[in-house]
Amino acid sequence: MEQTISVSVNGRPYERSVEPRLLLSDFLRHDIGLSGTHVGCEHGVCGACTVLVDSAAVRSCLMFAVQANGREVTTVEGLDGGQEDLHPIQHGFWEKHGLQCGFCTPGILMTLVPFLEENPDPSEAEIREILSGNICRCTGYQKIVEAVQLSAILLQEKPG
Amino acid sequence: MSTRQFGQPIKRNEDPRLLTGRALFTDDVQLAGMLHVAFLRSDLAHARIRSIDVDGARQSPGVAAVYTADDLGDYWQPGPLLVPPLPVEQIEFYQRTQVPLAKEKVCHAGEAVAMVVAESRYLAEDALDGIFVDYEPLDAVVDLGSALAEDAPLVHDDLGHNINARVTQAKGNWVQAEADADLIIRRRFSYDRGTAAAMENRGIVANWEEKSQHLTIWDTTQAPIAIRNGLAAMLGLSEHQVRVIAPFIGGGFGPKIMMFYPEEVLLAWATMQLGRPLKWIEDREENFYATTQERGQVHDARIALKEDGTVLGVKDVFLHDAGAYAPYGLTVPVSSQCTLLGPYVVPNYHSEFTSVFTNKPIVTPYRGAGRQHGVFVMERLLDIAAKELAIDPIEIRRKNYIQPEQFPYANDIVFQDFTQLIYDSGNYEPALDRALDLVGYEAFVREEQPKRRAAGERVGIGVVSYVEGTGIGPYEGARVTVESSGKISVATGIGTQGQGHYTSFAQVIADQIGVKVSDIHIVTGDTDLFYWGAGTFASRGAVVAGNAMHAAASKVREKILKVAGEKLEAAEEDLELIEGRVQVKGVPQTSISLGQLAVGANPMRGGVKPGTEPGLEATEYFGPERGATASGVHAVILRVDPDTFNLEIEKYVVVHDCGKVINPLILDGQIQGGVAQGIGNAFYEQLHFDENGALLNASLMDYLLPTALDVPNIVSDHVVTPSPLNPLGVKGAGEAGAIPVGALFAQAIDSAFGDIGLEVREIPLSPNRLFELVTEASAREMV
Repeated sequence: MEQTISVSVNGRPYERSVEPRLLLSDFLRHDIGLSGTHVGCEHGVCGACTVLVDSAAVRSCLMFAVQANGREVTTVEGLDGGQEDLHPIQHGFWEKHGLQCGFCTPGILMTLVPFLEENPDPSEAEIREILSGNICRCTGYQKIVEAVQLSAILLQEKPG
Repeated sequence: MSTRQFGQPIKRNEDPRLLTGRALFTDDVQLAGMLHVAFLRSDLAHARIRSIDVDGARQSPGVAAVYTADDLGDYWQPGPLLVPPLPVEQIEFYQRTQVPLAKEKVCHAGEAVAMVVAESRYLAEDALDGIFVDYEPLDAVVDLGSALAEDAPLVHDDLGHNINARVTQAKGNWVQAEADADLIIRRRFSYDRGTAAAMENRGIVANWEEKSQHLTIWDTTQAPIAIRNGLAAMLGLSEHQVRVIAPFIGGGFGPKIMMFYPEEVLLAWATMQLGRPLKWIEDREENFYATTQERGQVHDARIALKEDGTVLGVKDVFLHDAGAYAPYGLTVPVSSQCTLLGPYVVPNYHSEFTSVFTNKPIVTPYRGAGRQHGVFVMERLLDIAAKELAIDPIEIRRKNYIQPEQFPYANDIVFQDFTQLIYDSGNYEPALDRALDLVGYEAFVREEQPKRRAAGERVGIGVVSYVEGTGIGPYEGARVTVESSGKISVATGIGTQGQGHYTSFAQVIADQIGVKVSDIHIVTGDTDLFYWGAGTFASRGAVVAGNAMHAAASKVREKILKVAGEKLEAAEEDLELIEGRVQVKGVPQTSISLGQLAVGANPMRGGVKPGTEPGLEATEYFGPERGATASGVHAVILRVDPDTFNLEIEKYVVVHDCGKVINPLILDGQIQGGVAQGIGNAFYEQLHFDENGALLNASLMDYLLPTALDVPNIVSDHVVTPSPLNPLGVKGAGEAGAIPVGALFAQAIDSAFGDIGLEVREIPLSPNRLFELVTEASAREMV
């Protein structure tokens, strides 16, 4: 009943045999040990489990691992090049105190990656709109908004 | 150190790990051979259990064990009472605490009935379908008012009634105040239930290692030391055989300090039975039932005033919903009782409450812990009185404020920490004036509001005050060590749930030892690294553990200066600690690094003087004689959408006094996050139970947490009145943002509908509920 899937995660190929009912979030966290993706509600509301599948932000708790067969997944572990080499969005969040407990943060970062690619200079209203699909219970969002504004600037300054 | 770190907006040490997905949360713990746990929970709020048949589950694929209450033998015991009853004369108290698995009866929906252990969580949940429980449904106690009716069903049959406690506290003479009053206002106020909804649900990993006879627990708890002590006692182990680790925790807000949750008791026991590591991670639906909740109270309150607005006294009689069990004692209703007095001189006060058992999930403190209710009642009474007396709502507050020269101010009643309710310090008018200025009060009420009202807009303004008892005892400790590398390692017993302890504590230490904040490595919440402590609650981390950090770092500084003085042949007073070195003041070439000193302080050979302690290390404890009183003023301008009755917050101002500020960046975050939860509590979040005690909105789809579109930018400022009760002069700040929002919204909404005489007497509201209230008020106005 298990199926074999091939998934590229953060540029690394994985071939695993999984049950069709295995959620992508559980596959990432438990089967291949990338536990930076968090699960907050298991029904697609909180956004904590957001990852990129073929460059689009999706909720990994609403997708089965078998649906990721043959596709490219990026998780928060794929954003940076090690602790000293943070992604500009991670820098923005660090500088502006855009996180407290940090549990919702990976999902927010992954939501922002394609958003800031498409909207390099977003307004506050656009930032709040995109953030409204991710729930943060600690910050009250104000510093997240500031973090996104700084991230947009840092991304534009990024060489290359 | 040339630059002081205390007070600087330093970015956090912990963030790179969190931002890169490399921080360890409980569900990230993976152990070889680990089994997974799922619970069968009751769908009914109140029912007798006739029988439980688990045969089907035992035969389900991958199942290692299935347990019911009967399988636990003598280990099945009701949980301990965490907080004993208040030491006051007028008290009745009936103790009923939660059980590991329901035995004869279930007392709330979601109460665990059976536990399945299997090779995966998927298989464990499959097996739950193979358990058959034969229930005899019973009428449920849901509504607070009817819980005390003579014919009410009984939550605990042997008790003969549904009373958890009755407490009366009083000061002065209310009867006299009532007799002397020019005006008495009497109203009923209600405040309904919500849930903390931390983004990380609870979770536990328990691992009994047979060969080393050692139990390790990873737990999303705010109180790891108390969990270790309790589990060791229950399991017949030495405390040294049990290690509890509270790793990174995805939000606490109070419910994660409840103990013992049944799951904690059960996983620790079952790993010893099975000899394999076990993991249970609460899912979001379970969180709505199995994690504790807060807020249900109904107050019948009276205030007595002179014609000029001087408050003579308050009488408040209220019901508090304890839920099905009351393991946390009376912390929440006592906080309501005490916080009602606020920043005001209330010479005569009579407060009595009845805490009642209901067939609903357990109530324990959630951010604010009852303070909201007290603030709501007092602020509403003042608003209504001001209207009756035709006094400006700002002036009635100003008139009754405790004045700066009156501190310390004794309120002659007993607070939740069992000490007398004495405010250590405060200065309320500057905060009020600053808030009025920032919100633009005068211009709004004189010009903008009349103009916009005339144009048909529903815009209102609110300004409320509150005090918050913070930083209560008993104590916390810290151990500060200079390592051979010259870096500093620090341990404390409290856990951390996002408050930035790894940074704010480091700032306290950095100033003493002269190192960079980023060179200080702090461990919180690992019982093997620090043995003693109470936990993270009551806005006490920065106050109690922060001052322990300060004390330990001061001691290490003394040790550093002593050994450096000997090495550098200089008087201690001629030395300074700067950038990880000790140097003779103004002579950087005569210096030695902290690392060299640390190596020297731990000699490997040779003799030492009698009494020499190794290392540059100190462990110190701090316990305040009582809590530090924070205070503040919130102000808001809001607009009610005429079609949807949703709110648009146009301006939100917080002026807060938490004494000296360690890290303004972190403090702002605490305030903003608190306000966001307050906004949810005031206008979006409400747990809806039906008449059978079933929770109707147990999902984040139906229980509405505020999003980035609902929470405004907050303008904040600080007034600094240092606490005299601790060397750092700090007060707690974790809960303040959440406390006054209900009262604030009520006042501002009344202001928006002043022409129809709207009087909000309940929280939470919602667009629907506001529409109903406005419709009722309009109908009354038309009569």
